[in-house]
Amino acid sequence: MTASDAGSLSRREWLLSERPASRMQARLGRAYVAWRRFTANRLAVVGLLIILGLVVVAALAGMLAPYSPTVGDLKNARLLAPSAAHWFGTDDLGRDIYSRIVYGSRWTLYVVILVAIIAAPIGLLVGTVAGYAGGWTDAILMRITDIFLAFPKLVLALAFVAALGPGIENAVLAIAITSWPPYARIARAETLTVRNSDYIKAVQLMGASPFRIVLRHIMPLCISSLIIRVTLDMAGIILTAAGLGFLGLGAQPPLPEWGAMIASGRRFILDQWWVAGAPGAAILIVSLGFNLLGDGLRDALDPRSGDQ
Amino acid sequence: MTAALSIERLEVVFDRFRALKGVDLEVREGESYGLVGESGSGKSTLLKAITGLAPVAGGAITVNGKTLGKTRDKAFYRDVQMVFQDPYGSLHPRQTVDRLLQEPLAIHGIAHGEKRIERALDEVGLGNGFRFRYAHQLSGGQRQRVAIARALILEPSILLLDEPTSALDASVQAEVLNLLEEVRRRRKLTFLMVSHDLAIITHMCERLMVMQNGEAVETLTASQLIGHRVSEDYTRNLLRASEGFVRTA
Repeated sequence: MTASDAGSLSRREWLLSERPASRMQARLGRAYVAWRRFTANRLAVVGLLIILGLVVVAALAGMLAPYSPTVGDLKNARLLAPSAAHWFGTDDLGRDIYSRIVYGSRWTLYVVILVAIIAAPIGLLVGTVAGYAGGWTDAILMRITDIFLAFPKLVLALAFVAALGPGIENAVLAIAITSWPPYARIARAETLTVRNSDYIKAVQLMGASPFRIVLRHIMPLCISSLIIRVTLDMAGIILTAAGLGFLGLGAQPPLPEWGAMIASGRRFILDQWWVAGAPGAAILIVSLGFNLLGDGLRDALDPRSGDQ
Repeated sequence: MTAALSIERLEVVFDRFRALKGVDLEVREGESYGLVGESGSGKSTLLKAITGLAPVAGGAITVNGKTLGKTRDKAFYRDVQMVFQDPYGSLHPRQTVDRLLQEPLAIHGIAHGEKRIERALDEVGLGNGFRFRYAHQLSGGQRQRVAIARALILEPSILLLDEPTSALDASVQAEVLNLLEEVRRRRKLTFLMVSHDLAIITHMCERLMVMQNGEAVETLTASQLIGHRVSEDYTRNLLRASEGFVRTA
C-alpha cells in the first residue's frame, strides 16, 4: 500500500480490485472480503473481542492483578465477600479471587492453544492422507479414528490422566489425544469431495507427488472447515480442562486454574457463592466468546457459502 | 512422418465393466486427430488411459517411441498434457492464476518461472492483469485459456483435449478453438481431441476415429466426413443427428 496507490484510488477499492497487480494484493483482497463477511455478524465481533480480551488479560496478568494468585492472607482475609479491596472476594485460604482469575486466564489459554496445535494437525494429517490414499490406508486410519471416537471424550481423557498422572500438562495431552478424531473425520470428508475433481487431476497430470498434492492442494481446502470446528470445540476443551481440574486430575493446587477453583469453592457454594461463582462466570464468558467467534468464522470462511 | 502416439489393442476395465475393448490408434507427429462418438463410447476414457488416470488392463501405449509402463514418470508429463472439459472444475478454487501456473514449473524444477508465466499468459491472450486473479474472478472462456496456458507451460509435444469447448457458449467456443489452432501451428503440437460435435472435429482435425461402446467403428479423414463418404451405419446415423442439429439452429 504505497502513497501513490492511496492517491489514485481508495484503500478499499485497491483491496477489492478485480485486477490485483501482485500476489500480496490478491491475498490481502481475499482476507479483506473474509473480514467484511466476519464483521457483518455483530455477535461474532463480540466473540472476537472476548477472546482478544482474554489474550490481553493473560499477557498483562502481572499488571492487572493486585494480589498474588497463590499467597493469601490466612489471618485477616478468609472468605471475604466482594468489595472494593477484593473485587470478587477471597477464598478459603485468603487469596484474592480476582487475581487468581486473571492469572488463571493464562492457564486457560495455555490449554486451549496447546490442544489446538497438537490435535488439529494430527486430525488434518490423518484425515487428508486417509481420504486421498483410500484403500487399506484409509481403512486402517479410519478404524483407529473410530476406536478413539467410541469412547466418551471425558472418560477417555480421565483414563489417560489416571495413567499419566495428574497435572496440567498431562491434562492437555489427554484432551489432545481425545479431540483429534472429529478433525480427522472432517478432513477426510472434505478430501473425498475434492480428490476426484478436475483440478486435482490436473495437478496429478503435472506429475506432482501424492505428498505434494495432499500438502499443497488438498490441505488448504480443508483448513477453513477445520479452523471453524476447532474454534467451536474450544469451549468444550475449556470445559473438559475445567472438568479435569474439578476432579483433581488437571491443574494441581495452588495453580489458579478455573476448574480447580470451582472445585475448591464448592464446599462453600451456598454461603460464599463467589468462590465458585466467579471462576464459573469466567469459564462461561470465555466459552461463549469462542462459540460466537466460531459461528462468525463459519460465515466468513465456509467455502460452501458464497463464491470463495 | 513418425507416430507421436500409437495405441495397440488398448483395454480399460473399471471393476467388471470393459470401457475400452481393444482399441488401436495412431496419431502422426504434428497431426490433429479427432475422436467422436456418443456419451459412454469410451473416447474420454481413451484420453484418461493415456495419462494414467484410467486403469489399463491390456495393450500398449507408445509416446514418441517410448512404450509406457504401469506408471508415468515426470518426463511423460512434459511430453503430454491435457485440457479438461469443464473450465469451472479444472482450476483450483483457492489459487490465483499465478499460483496455478507456477505449480507445474515448481514440480519440474524449471527456472525463470516469472518470464515463463508472463509468456504463457500472453500466448493465450490474457495479459498480466489476469495473473493474480482467482478462478471465480474469471469468465468461462478466460478460465479455459488459463487451463490451456497451464497445459502449455511445460512445453509438451502432445496435447490431449477432452471436449475443450463444450462447456462454453458459441462465440467463446470459436475464440478458444482459434486459439488452439494458433498454438498448434506455432508450436507444431500434436492434438488428440475428443468431441461429440462433428462440426468442431471437421474444422479442427485432419483425421478422426468414430467410437461406439468402447470400440473403434471406423477411421476417416475430415474430407471423407464432409463428403459423407462413410462406410458404417453408425457413422451415418451420427452425421444425420448432427445435421438435424444444424437445421434447427
